[in-house]
Amino acid sequence: MNTAMPKCFKKESKPSKFCPGCGHSIVLKMLGQVIDDLNIQKKSFFSIDIGCSLLAWDFFDVDTIQTHHGRTVPVAWGFKRANNKAVVIAYTGDGGGYAIGLQNLIYASLRQENITVIAVNNTVYAMTGGQAAPTTMPHEITDSTPNGDFTLERPFFGPETLSLVAEGTPYIARGSISNPLILKNYIKKAILHQQEGKGFSFVEALSICPTNWKTDAKKSFEFLKEMEKTYKLGELKGD
Amino acid sequence: MKKVLATGNDAVLKAALDAGAGMFCGYPITPSTEILAGWAKAADKNKNLIFIQTEDEAAAGFGAIGGILAGKKAWVATAGVGNVIMQDPLSLAEGMRIPIVVYIAQRGGPSTGTVIFSQQEVVLTRKGGNGEGLRIVYSPGNIQELYDYVFKAFDIAWKYYFPVFILSDGYLGKTLGEVAFHQGKAMPSHPIMLNEHRAAAGHSLNLRNCYSLEEELGEVLKKQISDYEKMSEKVVEHEEFYVKDADLLIFAHGSVSQAAKAAIIEARAKGLRVGLFRPLTLSPFPIKESRKVVRGIKKILVVEASLGQFSDIIKSAIFGGTDAKYFEFFKPAEGITPEEILEKIEEYL
Ligand SMILES: Cc1ncc(C[n+]2csc(CCOP(=O)(O)OP(=O)(O)O)c2C)c(N)n1
Ligand code: SF4
Ligand SMILES: [Mg+2]
Repeated sequence: MNTAMPKCFKKESKPSKFCPGCGHSIVLKMLGQVIDDLNIQKKSFFSIDIGCSLLAWDFFDVDTIQTHHGRTVPVAWGFKRANNKAVVIAYTGDGGGYAIGLQNLIYASLRQENITVIAVNNTVYAMTGGQAAPTTMPHEITDSTPNGDFTLERPFFGPETLSLVAEGTPYIARGSISNPLILKNYIKKAILHQQEGKGFSFVEALSICPTNWKTDAKKSFEFLKEMEKTYKLGELKGD
Repeated sequence: MKKVLATGNDAVLKAALDAGAGMFCGYPITPSTEILAGWAKAADKNKNLIFIQTEDEAAAGFGAIGGILAGKKAWVATAGVGNVIMQDPLSLAEGMRIPIVVYIAQRGGPSTGTVIFSQQEVVLTRKGGNGEGLRIVYSPGNIQELYDYVFKAFDIAWKYYFPVFILSDGYLGKTLGEVAFHQGKAMPSHPIMLNEHRAAAGHSLNLRNCYSLEEELGEVLKKQISDYEKMSEKVVEHEEFYVKDADLLIFAHGSVSQAAKAAIIEARAKGLRVGLFRPLTLSPFPIKESRKVVRGIKKILVVEASLGQFSDIIKSAIFGGTDAKYFEFFKPAEGITPEEILEKIEEYL
């Protein structure tokens, strides 16, 4: 794996403010490599949600806006509609994407908005201290599901749901930070899909939150393996 | 200038097009739906106009903000409960200095209420959101003013980078009347992000909505408040009507100010010394001007179709500047006729 810092990283803002061992850093690094590989640093518009993703507001030397919880997707398609030469990437957590912003996400996929959305699934609302998210695993203990009570019996499956509702020729995939290169490949395909004007593209990234999970590196990756049994990896839509 | 017959809603649409608006996002709600449907028809004919009927008002506002960042003069229109939901993106627009233009057709509240008229969205439109209300709010009273102030709203928004509102109501939108479309020269818009500067400077623009330290946000707000205050003197507008020798001064805004004018004309015919002070900008409010006008006035009467939302602004504006007797005539969410106002004039004078 290429361990060098991507060229599009903003050096002044490194080291970043993500907790040590945070999965967001790996997802963003893969995104950074894709931006470099495709040479799109100067024409990308990066729109981030409120959640731990907000920490990425000055992460890249790429025009970036820190939006509002759940509303990064409409800001992204609004920009793309007005400037279709831009490469528009929306970045959100699973809470922002699948709870408060779900209807915006669904309609963006229905209207075939030609943007790329990356949603980071860490099974919790990390920024607010680890409460349950739509993706919390059944009986997972979080700040708002003590003893594993109050969880959904069946968590929310983002890519699967979008595969059912998205119109046209979307690209939809789920990767994991357990295999960053495959995740990177999905992100690259999603962005190329947008550049080819094929419509909505979506990548969910399974991720870890050692801080709220209260896990060390080993336990974090063990739980990620558990998640991968529930959330199947792979491409759901696209060529 | 040649006048044509048009509805208020037609005048609003024409003004936006003349001002160079290029994108509209919206969710239908009476009495602002005609704006959405009218724009859809215009966009169907002119492929340069962008139209998106969104899934809710939040998406409409945030979508328009995205378009503005990319350089389009994007705008939205809503009413009542839609105005409540729209405050979410508008609060962000205020914090990030996004020049969005917002047409509000007030309807009765709370909640779904009624669908055509009230003046109950004064506080919401001026101060909605979890901030200080650093916005410009125009309160036009007739069709010509609808055209003039919607046109002006885009210029003011792109000149000062604050959200600009036109606070109207359903009656005004549906009224048919004469209007002159002057088609003045409109301010250009330009991309805020991914602009030529980005290509030339070789570094990116990173905009934030969230701050770690009290002091950081404090500094940002200080600058915004100072910009707002500097702008205020240039933007503030009001109208005076028969105030010179008035004993009783009426304060009213929007369509109610037109009913007040009609009442004053009748009262004057009866020899009653009554006048009107009417803010055209509810934000920033003509504080200096209202303090000046109340000097020497014996009685003040505030007339509005809400329970003192407007009167509270007057009270704080003229605080300590007058010992005039203060009367209020409120009809929350109901129309107010010239006859009713004349009755009050005769009662209090
Ligand atoms: C409208 C609104 N409601 C609630 C919040 C509080 N809040 C901030 S981040 C967040 C959840 C973030 O979770 P997620 O989207 O999963 O991102 P993560 O932090 O896990 O990466 C919430 C509820 C907010 N900022 N805005
Ligand atoms: S709280 Fe969790 S998701 Fe947020 S930065 Fe820390 S490890 Fe990452
Ligand atoms: Mg999360």
